[in-house]
Amino acid sequence: MASKYGNLTFKGYRRDNGRVGVRNHVVILPVDDISNAACEAVANNIKGTIALPHAYGRLQFGEDLELHFRTIIGTGANPNVAAVIVIGIEPGWTKRIADGIAETGKPVAAFSIEQNGDLKTIMDASRKAKEFVHYASELQREECPISELWVSTKCGESDTTTGLGSCPTVGNMYDKLLPEGIYGCFGETSEITGAEHICKDRAINPEVGERWYKMWKAYQDDVIFAHQTDDLSESQPTKGNIEGGLTTIEEKALGNLEKIGRTSRYIDILEPAEAPKSGRGLYFMDSSSAAAECVTLMAAGGYVVHTFPTGQGNVIGNPIVPVIKITANPRTVRTMGEHVDVDVSGILRRDMTIDEAGDALIDMIVRTSNGRSTAAEALGHREFVMTKLYRSA
Amino acid sequence: MTIPHLLVHEKKDNVGVVVVENLKAGTNMLCVVTHDNSSFEMPVHDDVPIGHKVALSDVKAGDTAIKYGEDIGKFVADVKKGGHVHVHNLKTKRW
Repeated sequence: MASKYGNLTFKGYRRDNGRVGVRNHVVILPVDDISNAACEAVANNIKGTIALPHAYGRLQFGEDLELHFRTIIGTGANPNVAAVIVIGIEPGWTKRIADGIAETGKPVAAFSIEQNGDLKTIMDASRKAKEFVHYASELQREECPISELWVSTKCGESDTTTGLGSCPTVGNMYDKLLPEGIYGCFGETSEITGAEHICKDRAINPEVGERWYKMWKAYQDDVIFAHQTDDLSESQPTKGNIEGGLTTIEEKALGNLEKIGRTSRYIDILEPAEAPKSGRGLYFMDSSSAAAECVTLMAAGGYVVHTFPTGQGNVIGNPIVPVIKITANPRTVRTMGEHVDVDVSGILRRDMTIDEAGDALIDMIVRTSNGRSTAAEALGHREFVMTKLYRSA
Repeated sequence: MTIPHLLVHEKKDNVGVVVVENLKAGTNMLCVVTHDNSSFEMPVHDDVPIGHKVALSDVKAGDTAIKYGEDIGKFVADVKKGGHVHVHNLKTKRW
């Protein structure tokens, strides 16, 4: 007999590649920074589309360029996206991105600006975008088992209440839903520092744990120790974390790791923006701890719902993935309640258990997947932020 | 159940977290250990904001702070039982 969580369903959009989305966006996607203006003009012309302006895409090379392509293609390929217009300054990279997205089977059209100018590009792309809006608006949601859901997590503006309440809530959700076959994802490489011995042990086997540890150690050596100019005392923890009572990175990391619950184990490690390839289960994505970067990378990896515990009240959203905010801090509920989707402050008052909080989050994940707007969506938070590894050529 | 002022993760922790607003020095706190739901009472000696930590015993500079049953850094000043613990008396061992 299936458990009470295994019987859960949601209404999603099934795409041609078999994946299921919970949103139905028509995206106008710039290849590079100088194509933002054309994309925003198309999105302004055609209602029901969304442009994703960003700062990069020129003169990048090597691993940094590969990450750029992976992020842009992964964003277009995400099942929450029904169709994509790609606009770049020149046709080469524009086609590479459009072809990458088209592998999903969804409608994609590419436009380049050189030898056309912004105005002709905007006109041609707008006509195609209008077709895509008609197409997307006729797609219907269908009932899907909970096992079709890909749920990522990352916390932000953490404080001591996240480790007591909102992070264990996410962990409880994973302990209940991962056995039912969902895909999970956590990350924030720098924020595991202080709890790396625990995180290493939470791998499915020692080989995966060793690979995880090598990745974490490389980050420490190549990024932190190579670039640090002080003791990071106002960067990790952040000033907001410190205001909320977190004193050291070790304390922050131990709270952060509560997000993977008591029994869940990660089965593999992902590069930033990489899609999982090892089947159902929990993954660790090597990723920045900055909220918008991390959520953007996980969305590009194919995750369709994001759970976001916050203490002091990080207001982040994402343009294509609903970001569900969970807080246990009663002051944050009182002063900025419009940003909160799931209030678990009862955990601190001892009138709500972690088990009850986990169920409340699962309920909100299902409602959000069925179409309920998150606080971040209603408030217009669409932070789309690429991770850049080093200076451009 | 009465609302606690302070939550402690594990029995072996030497710091706990204030979970109410406007906690004033001298308040006799109801403290709950979340791991086993046991409770105890203890006075707080400073005004401590919500989310900030309180020492559960007298500690010396150089001692290790324990929370979640784990090492979260070293004390860099002596702290009395019931005193406010934060960046002025506790520091990471990492960077």
